[in-house]
Amino acid sequence: MADKPLRTDKPRVAIFDFTGCEGCELNQLNFEDQLLDILAHVDIVEWREAMDGHADEYDIAFVEGCLSTPDCIKRIHDIRRRTKVLVALGACAVTGGVNAVKNTRPIEDVREEVYGDDKYLFPTLPALPVSSVVKVDYNVRGCPMTQIEFLRLFTALVMGKDFVEPDQSVCVECKLRENECVFEKGMICLGPVTRAGCNAHCTTVGQYCTGCRGLVSEPNIKGMEEILVQHGLSVDEAWKRLELYNANQLEGVQR
Amino acid sequence: MSRNLDINVEHLTRVEGHGNIVVNMREGVLEKAQLEIVEAPRYFEAMLKGRSFHEAAIITSRICGICSLGHQITSLKATEQALGLEVSEQTVLLRKLLIHGATLQSNILHAYFLAAPDFLGEGSVFPLVGTHPEVVVRALRMKRLANDIGDVVSGRAVHPITPVPGGFTRIPTRKELLELKRRLVEDMVPDFAATVDTMEALAGAIPDFTRETEFISLRSEDEYGLYDGQICSTDTGCVPDTEYMAMTNEHVVGHSTSKHCKVSRSSYMVGALARWNNSHDKLCDVALDAAKRLGLAPDCHNPYMNTIAQVVEAGHCALDAVAIIDKLLDDGLKDEQPNQEPTRFGTGVGATEVPRGILYHEYTYDRQGRVAAANCIIPTGQNLANIDDDMKKLVPEIVGETKEEITLKLEMLVRAYDPCISCSVHLLDVDFIE
Repeated sequence: MADKPLRTDKPRVAIFDFTGCEGCELNQLNFEDQLLDILAHVDIVEWREAMDGHADEYDIAFVEGCLSTPDCIKRIHDIRRRTKVLVALGACAVTGGVNAVKNTRPIEDVREEVYGDDKYLFPTLPALPVSSVVKVDYNVRGCPMTQIEFLRLFTALVMGKDFVEPDQSVCVECKLRENECVFEKGMICLGPVTRAGCNAHCTTVGQYCTGCRGLVSEPNIKGMEEILVQHGLSVDEAWKRLELYNANQLEGVQR
Repeated sequence: MSRNLDINVEHLTRVEGHGNIVVNMREGVLEKAQLEIVEAPRYFEAMLKGRSFHEAAIITSRICGICSLGHQITSLKATEQALGLEVSEQTVLLRKLLIHGATLQSNILHAYFLAAPDFLGEGSVFPLVGTHPEVVVRALRMKRLANDIGDVVSGRAVHPITPVPGGFTRIPTRKELLELKRRLVEDMVPDFAATVDTMEALAGAIPDFTRETEFISLRSEDEYGLYDGQICSTDTGCVPDTEYMAMTNEHVVGHSTSKHCKVSRSSYMVGALARWNNSHDKLCDVALDAAKRLGLAPDCHNPYMNTIAQVVEAGHCALDAVAIIDKLLDDGLKDEQPNQEPTRFGTGVGATEVPRGILYHEYTYDRQGRVAAANCIIPTGQNLANIDDDMKKLVPEIVGETKEEITLKLEMLVRAYDPCISCSVHLLDVDFIE
């Protein structure tokens, strides 16, 4: 829970983007059926992608993207000071997202590969989740953020209720939807170690789970690796798939 | 007029990504007029290196949420060419339907939500909820339907799920397609007509500015070319898409983390206006009527008219989407599995018209089907030099106006290009050295 209670009148909401693709913000503009209701319950006071203007204080700050430059670190501290509640929005903000794949290689190699001799022009840090720098009150996971989860959290916040993240695996939701197991179809899947909350959307439309919602809190990584290898991946390839969205969480885990 | 002028718009609003407009004039002499790109780089090449061909499109679609469908389709086309994967006619039709949905969505979002507030003297679309509720509700209804095309056909409009190398993991049902068609005919067509009325009322406020430039887009002889075609220049004519390096010529400039491009002149323009200038003869009558009413004529050199060209094109996408659904249903939907057995491992190029212009992906795969080299050239990157050249001509022409008026016109100019700065910076352009 947040330290400070929300104001009783309309909460002031601000939306910020850091290093990412802005797809989560776009997903907010894609609430066509709910957008007018959302606007009836909050005042949006700052949102660079959609409006002009700045605000000094807000009740809820939604933060998209990972932190990857010194400027990001400065800005996120500033936002934390100005807001009562801070929500990390989407995989990049919650875990570092796909950006964190670069962390699996020496940062100097990565910079040199991209910018060559000009590498020092562009300061960079490892791609970090927001929670590694400031306190995060709530997460909305997924790549892009899971819309049903955003609406659940949003409703809870404006009604002053608590919000609890799911902590079972995607397999639980996939079974409830009575899908054929992805492994049975001759494909691989990261559902067994990935945090539910998406209603197993990808596996329901025939794709494998890429792990975009991050890991459950006590994942059996060794077991997952074994299953992936049993289904045809090399150990190296299994880890590549696991690290796509979870490079930060898997840092230091024994292969 | 002898004047000192300093304009510095930091983190321009209502565009995708982070850019600054910087103009300096000293005693009437323009010293600087440019769009600085300050977006944080994301090192996509580090993510792609050694990745399986199954993952390439999943990763490159994350370059940009707004353009995710365009990146995905372009990536799949390049991968399929590199690996010799044939796709069915049904796959091609479903992809064309997806491109229509994504183009509709993006063009409507830009015209109503990002550009229109400037013409009404507002800072965002939100005040319009109170003053013009029927317009906002209409825009939301159009956007919803456009997104539903993505949700139904690709599993999710932002970062699509079902399009994979060789086909789709799920084919939409007949019932789903019939419902999309019903809404396109019953809702989208009248909403488009009303959109033209609304834009006609605003079109008078479009700044009168002309700078002759080169326009580059795909052109197909069979249709209004979005999914494929030849690379066509208003200066030099058409060449195959494998010639894309010569038709972009990327180079580094000091004020931008994104590279610039040029072909026949110091700059060129891509996007809806380029498509209009190269392929207007392939548009349907409804779109051509809209163009007439909105004052868009062939060989238009006013970049502010790009927004109008986007609206015109939206009408074509809506009606052609209906035609594609009819064809899919007439042919009978087939429950096909994606063709994922490579017949070779080499290099492939994909070129697609995405909302902001022509997008190129190129990949080379090793014999294990892993990415060995990758290159993406992004529409907004191609437009950056053209935007700078526009600003250099525009500022002296309007230097007699107030600083606020000049700033607004510059912001409107950049917004007219509907730039996608995340895309332009997150490009990958590296041959991996093992």
